[in-house]
Amino acid sequence: MQQTKHILVIGNGMVGHHFVEQLRAKDPQANITVLCGEARLAYDRVHLSGYFSGTSAEQLALTTEEAYQAANIQYRLNCWVEQIDRDQQLVITRQGGQFYYDKLVLATGSYAFVPPIPGNEQPHCLVYRTLQDLDAIAQSAAQSKVGVVIGGGLLGLEAANALKQLGLQTHVVEFAPQLMAVQLDQAGGQMLSQKITELGVQVHTGKATQAIVAGAECRYQLQFADGESLETDLVLFSAGIRPYDQLARSCGLAVGDRGGIVVNDQCQTSDPHIYAIGECALWQQKIFGLVAPGYQMARVVVSQLTAGGLSFTGADMSTKLKLLGVEVGSIGDAHARTPGALSYVFTDPRAQVYKKMVVSKDGKRLLGAVLVGDTSNYDSLLQYALNDMLLPKQPEQLILPAASGAAVAALTLPNSATICSCHNVAKGDIVAAMDSGCCDLASIKSCTKASTGCGGCTALLKSVVDDELKSRGVEVKNHLCEHFAYSRQELLHLVQVGGIKTFAELLSRHGQGLGCDICKPTVGSILASSWNDYVLKKPHVGLQDTNDTFLANMQKDGSYSVVPRIAGGEITAEKLLVIGQVALDFNLYTKITGGQRIDLFGARLEQLPAIWQRLVDAGFETGHAYGKSLRTVKSCVGSTWCRYGVQDSVTQAIAIENRYKGLRAPHKIKMAVSGCTRECAEAQSKDIGIIATENGWNLYVCGNGGMRPRHADLFATDLDTDTLIRYIDRILMFYIKTADRLQRTSVWLEKLDGGLEYLRKVIIDDQLGIAQELENQMAALVNTYACEWQATLDDPQALKRFRQFVNSPQPDPNIVFVEERAQIRPATAEEKRRWQQQIPVTQLSTSELPATALAEEK
Amino acid sequence: MAWTDICAYEDLVENSGICALFNGCQVAVFLLQQQGRQELYAIGNYDPVGGANVLSRGIVGSVGEQIVVASPLYKQHFNLSTGQCLEQPEVVLPVYAVKLQHGRVWLHAQQQKQQASAA
Ligand SMILES: Cc1cc2nc3c(=O)[nH]c(=O)nc-3n(C[C@H](O)[C@H](O)[C@H](O)COP(=O)(O)OP(=O)(O)OC[C@H]3O[C@@H](n4cnc5c(N)ncnc54)[C@H](O)[C@@H]3O)c2cc1C
Ligand code: SF4
Repeated sequence: MQQTKHILVIGNGMVGHHFVEQLRAKDPQANITVLCGEARLAYDRVHLSGYFSGTSAEQLALTTEEAYQAANIQYRLNCWVEQIDRDQQLVITRQGGQFYYDKLVLATGSYAFVPPIPGNEQPHCLVYRTLQDLDAIAQSAAQSKVGVVIGGGLLGLEAANALKQLGLQTHVVEFAPQLMAVQLDQAGGQMLSQKITELGVQVHTGKATQAIVAGAECRYQLQFADGESLETDLVLFSAGIRPYDQLARSCGLAVGDRGGIVVNDQCQTSDPHIYAIGECALWQQKIFGLVAPGYQMARVVVSQLTAGGLSFTGADMSTKLKLLGVEVGSIGDAHARTPGALSYVFTDPRAQVYKKMVVSKDGKRLLGAVLVGDTSNYDSLLQYALNDMLLPKQPEQLILPAASGAAVAALTLPNSATICSCHNVAKGDIVAAMDSGCCDLASIKSCTKASTGCGGCTALLKSVVDDELKSRGVEVKNHLCEHFAYSRQELLHLVQVGGIKTFAELLSRHGQGLGCDICKPTVGSILASSWNDYVLKKPHVGLQDTNDTFLANMQKDGSYSVVPRIAGGEITAEKLLVIGQVALDFNLYTKITGGQRIDLFGARLEQLPAIWQRLVDAGFETGHAYGKSLRTVKSCVGSTWCRYGVQDSVTQAIAIENRYKGLRAPHKIKMAVSGCTRECAEAQSKDIGIIATENGWNLYVCGNGGMRPRHADLFATDLDTDTLIRYIDRILMFYIKTADRLQRTSVWLEKLDGGLEYLRKVIIDDQLGIAQELENQMAALVNTYACEWQATLDDPQALKRFRQFVNSPQPDPNIVFVEERAQIRPATAEEKRRWQQQIPVTQLSTSELPATALAEEK
Repeated sequence: MAWTDICAYEDLVENSGICALFNGCQVAVFLLQQQGRQELYAIGNYDPVGGANVLSRGIVGSVGEQIVVASPLYKQHFNLSTGQCLEQPEVVLPVYAVKLQHGRVWLHAQQQKQQASAA
């Protein structure tokens, strides 16, 4: 191998820059020189329009001169190459400079095509391609009122948006009978026109401009072939692009009939020492006007120069973008030109949404799609098309509104699925990055470069990462953690089949090491769901998260919050008074929770038993706010009080909450009951939601609020109470038995093979023949319920743990409160510092303690 | 400095921790009793990442060969023998010598200096 080959690159656009960056990464020795035609190094042309909405040239820059210098890359700005001398292997610039090469890479991109219309050379006739162009447009717009874009393609509409942002009355003139004729079919184009017109841009299709002459009202007048005319102050041409191939042409390299430097699969031109990449290259008679294929070509040449074997195999030209605020997407064979192709079309004239899906003759594969007004299905559809995935039986579900569960969950994508086509990042690359320690979007982006190109895959990347994070150690590696080579589901099976009652036994029979903070609580929960032992029984103590150990929720300063159960949100005045008095006596901060109960904050570890003694004496039970277990069953007042109610939702909620309280599960479970379809209890955002009907109860399942909201699915309708409870018993038990660690019901259902339909078959039709067993197991748990706080208060051994120090009655001096809005809150670090300088620490904290608490302590 | 009697063996909790006040410092003492081994460990109770005195309430276990406790606040793991945080190696907690004698648990201020500088 020659060590110091001189590699010369002409053009430092997006693709030229990507090439340089990749080559430097692969070959630190290579001698690289870049000749840039523009006045600055590469910038992000894709987001060029951002320049008009506040993005500066610096922010658009893809690199800096310092970075090139640091990477030892020679470069010249404002350096236009005029000639290539292939015999001597050198190029000559406009200024007369000469540069020799061993390998030459043409990355000259393209220029905006200006149609040969008389009058097109006037000062306010402009194009939209470079930062310099944009400066000129801004300058001209400042002296104009009306602007016309000639060309209604993708770039034309983007340019129209820019003119509109600059405050001009904006028109788009298109020669073809529709907008975006390349990407959209006629109906899609029409919907787009309609929407854009409503946004204040006038669209003129089917208009051939014949001349630009002086105007009467405005600076110019456009004259159309049909005799009509349009007045404007500014003309912006966006009638397509043409490759910069003059250099190649004049040195005798092969070029296409309609332009473009001919390249082979290695991106080599007809001269083996010269490569062409990006928008100037013509591959199999095609020019690719997008960055992603250009980047692919760049990588191909890098691999050629570094003895790799990549070759260019074409590229997907699907696009998704927002034009003038209108979402537009186009995938593959949008025009259904494949022989035998079938089209599904969905139109919503009110919301102005148009969706078309082109499928193969047998209905099994997705060939293409057109989306206007709503591109939320784009990512799913694209994945079906790119990965040649088998379509669902009723493919129309993919474009119908609220197609529940039909979207490709990121989890179902194969590892080979391309997520980011700009940087060619597959799902497998993202998983690998996460395996090697990246665990948030930012670090995954910087490590894999995914989503740092056109940005079109941002949403998909996020869902891949989210799903992956959720199922960490599950999808990738089914093992719970390094101590158990089993999934949660498998462990549960081992426990139940083997009659295993303790962690130690499970570990010695099926695990290794000592366990950890992942497997211990999981096994603790499995043991509880299987045998319902008191969680603080000696062998289980060390398994529980601190919240389960102390039956309270640890807060940031190490203090705890206390939540008594208030089933269904119903509480007597007497009990309210008790809570109030306890809060006063122990100086606790009180807040109403979203689950219709009351949270008491600021309890010190050593105060918990005294607080609970008072609560238990008054008839309260633990609320399990700390556990992965049933939290609350929220309810509205229902038919008892509400004039709309059709069933007694409160009674139902209380019964259900009391039935499932204490149930340990893979994650927390929330439920709600509404008294009529007005749904005041928001049951459809819960794991189990129940809505009263005239005839009984509708059951909704697997909803979720929080970080990843999901509407619950309607599972069964008009159930009587017995059937309702039977179904819930079965569903919950089935969830407990089959879900992964920390998997909410929403994700569980999404991952369940066969989804909702399958769940119905198991629960309603008892297809697996396990319904009775599920009910029996639930009955066993319901019958062995005991309030954990009651049990703890009865157990002197357990109570011993509720003190800060094993050898002193002192409280933790680091827990300090200050007053805000007439209640306590944790002091900030700064506040603590100030307090502690004034008063000796121990004195301060004891004096903070209410007298009653201290008295009860002893 | 001499060994100090902290508490009775029965005050310890198997495979979990307790906290002792020792020379004005909070010390988390753990008893590991698993797979035929019985070991005592003592490190500072203060979790400098979470900023609270909570480590005695973490879950103990192993990461590879290292015996660790996971902070109940943000789940960082601390090596019980060295005090070092696995996720943020620059964070090192004080480690104390601990022993069992005559049914009592004893601490030794082996690392008093480090405690002073870490506090
Ligand atoms: C407004 C706008 C929006 C776009 N939006 C998208 C999008 O959403 N998604 C997408 O994928 N693509 C989009 N594109 C297209 C994308 O920008 C191009 O595909 C990409 O920039 C092509 O890169 P390139 O390096 O091949 O060419 P260019 O970026 O054009 O770079 C070529 C460079 O070579 C220089 N050059 C040419 N000839 C010479 C010479 N003889 N001597 C020296 N220098 C020379 C030029 O001055 C130029 O700087 C958009 C383009 C524009 C203009
Ligand atoms: S859901 Fe129906 S019954 Fe319940 S409060 Fe609302 S309107 Fe009344």
